[in-house]
Amino acid sequence: MTSAHLIAIIVSTVIAATPLIYAALGELVVERSGVLNLGVEGMMLVGALTAFAVGHATGNLFIGYLAAMLASLALSLLFGFLTLTLQTNQVATGLALTLFGIGLSAFVGRTFAGLPITGLEPLSIPVISGLPIVGALFRFDWLVYLSIALYFAVDYFLRRTRAGLRLRAIGESPASAHALGQHVIRTRYLAVMFGGATSGIAGAYLSTALTPMWVEGMSAGRGWIALALVVFATWKPLRVLLGAYLFGGVTVLQLHAQGLGIDVPSEILSMLPYVATIVVLVLICRDPRTILLNQPASLGKSFHPDV
Amino acid sequence: MPELPFRLERRAAPSRVMRVAAPLLAAAAMVVTGAVVFSALGQRPGAALYLFFIEPVTSMYGLGELCVKATPLLLCALGLALGFRANVWNIGAEGQLTLGAIVGGGVALFWGEALGLFAIPAVLIGGVLGGMAWAAIPAWLRTRFHTSEILVSLMLVYIAQLLLVYLLHGAWRDPEGFNYPQSKIFPDNTALPALAEGVRANIAAVIALILAAVSWIFASRTFAGYRMLVAGLAPSAAAYAGFSDKRNIWLALLLGGGAAGLAGVCEVAGPIGRLQLSISPGYGFAAIIVAFVGRLHPLGIVLASLLMSLLYLGGEAVQLSLQLPSAVTGLFQGTLLFYLLAADLFVGFRLKWVRRPAPAAAARRAAEVVSP
Repeated sequence: MTSAHLIAIIVSTVIAATPLIYAALGELVVERSGVLNLGVEGMMLVGALTAFAVGHATGNLFIGYLAAMLASLALSLLFGFLTLTLQTNQVATGLALTLFGIGLSAFVGRTFAGLPITGLEPLSIPVISGLPIVGALFRFDWLVYLSIALYFAVDYFLRRTRAGLRLRAIGESPASAHALGQHVIRTRYLAVMFGGATSGIAGAYLSTALTPMWVEGMSAGRGWIALALVVFATWKPLRVLLGAYLFGGVTVLQLHAQGLGIDVPSEILSMLPYVATIVVLVLICRDPRTILLNQPASLGKSFHPDV
Repeated sequence: MPELPFRLERRAAPSRVMRVAAPLLAAAAMVVTGAVVFSALGQRPGAALYLFFIEPVTSMYGLGELCVKATPLLLCALGLALGFRANVWNIGAEGQLTLGAIVGGGVALFWGEALGLFAIPAVLIGGVLGGMAWAAIPAWLRTRFHTSEILVSLMLVYIAQLLLVYLLHGAWRDPEGFNYPQSKIFPDNTALPALAEGVRANIAAVIALILAAVSWIFASRTFAGYRMLVAGLAPSAAAYAGFSDKRNIWLALLLGGGAAGLAGVCEVAGPIGRLQLSISPGYGFAAIIVAFVGRLHPLGIVLASLLMSLLYLGGEAVQLSLQLPSAVTGLFQGTLLFYLLAADLFVGFRLKWVRRPAPAAAARRAAEVVSP
């Protein structure tokens, strides 16, 4: 394997990991507040379509990203209204959100299939990006850099700020937090909305950067993989970041298989991310204490101060 | 959080009326939403709704098609409902359906002719075993390694579909099929017999109805069904009574997987007649909605599967006649489940309007308290 090969693999790994980072970091914050939103896949699809459609119509991807965030945020508000205000079952509501997102994006997206769009351009850093071979490692688009910044922001927020401490307290014990005068429902709404916005960006990245086009169901389970990543990461931001790169690597393996001399049918290689998801879940969950010690204690349970 | 003009008040006991009324309310709300969507698309809502919901079932052929599409939905949903009642969240019925089609289809392709009269039972059993094997993976991982059956069963959907693609591009491809990714047509003796002349509905519909009755008996009249019900309603009570959590998980997933596998094999040995890339327009996922809308009760699930089947037929009808995307079906499905979840609130709660007294009245009342 040449160094050019290696660099090509690293570059495509980082790009494949980026949507997972956005989706999983968002879901991490949601789950740390005690809410389980299984609608990530649906929100990603709606985000992907919205970014593509608006980007195509306006010719401005940035407006597309804003629209994608808003669209997915609106869906997450719907989820929040049902689970937080009306206290519906979070698992069922999340599934409903995913099924709704798949249906909605397929329905609206019919007219956008096959249309062209100019994908997100990489940023060029003076001098460094121009270097031979290693320069390729410094020619990512800005959403890649922003995803890493988002990791630092989420990590700082959860560990070093008062609001982050409150959010974690609410996720562990909403009743105690409520008794201490914390706004449980309001905080959870904000967390769910944050998760919605990041899922929108995650989806938008798929349809404007990873593969600049709209295809029905194009997220192909990445929303679910992001959910698994949060478990794999034992609800810790750094491990989400590392896990996403690990999964990114597994995902791009099939693209580079030929170059690496791996002679396995492409369908089998395409199974790898899904198989890997199952394998890492088994590794993490094998010892029940790992989950018990790390999972937010109120995850998935409804809480309402009125009843 | 918005300040609402009402407050939720828990009912002393869940409302039985609302339990039955909620799906009807949800369906009605879905139809109203449909009218809005159709008029937003520039159609006359009345005509479009007629075309979507009524027209498809005005002919004998249409009623047959209603059965054809309701059958896999019913089979999958019956199995899923058993699990949901016991808090086992198998959401990978689509993958179990695919594996059922692969295994049952393999039996039909390679041994169909040799099996003669026994071909149909063998093919169906193959389908059931295929679905069960696929569902056994999340069951084993959940009971042995505490792994979420939600995520595992879902990942297996993608793996099953890729396995089908792999087989149809390789070993199982029809050598005379012009490189098209599909298998040979199954031998005649594996085809499920049709219910009547001129309709595509076949004995799978009858099998599904029988299984609905069996699952009702299982859930309400057997000890195993009772154990699963308790595990779902009161997990700690179930643990205290010594009901095995693991046994429930295995049972729920194996029965659910078997039913979904049967649905898959009935599709390929019935209306389709061969293995091809798309064997289901997402029946396994739609069945989740069917199970909920049917209140996890076999009779309700039968009715809900007919409604969901109508959504598929309606989607095809508006695509043919009005050139609207058939994906409107998926939109309706998701909307229906949302409305149901919202309507379900009123099973356990009632709304209590909060009257905020005007400041003057509040002050007067406070004064009355102070000076009696």
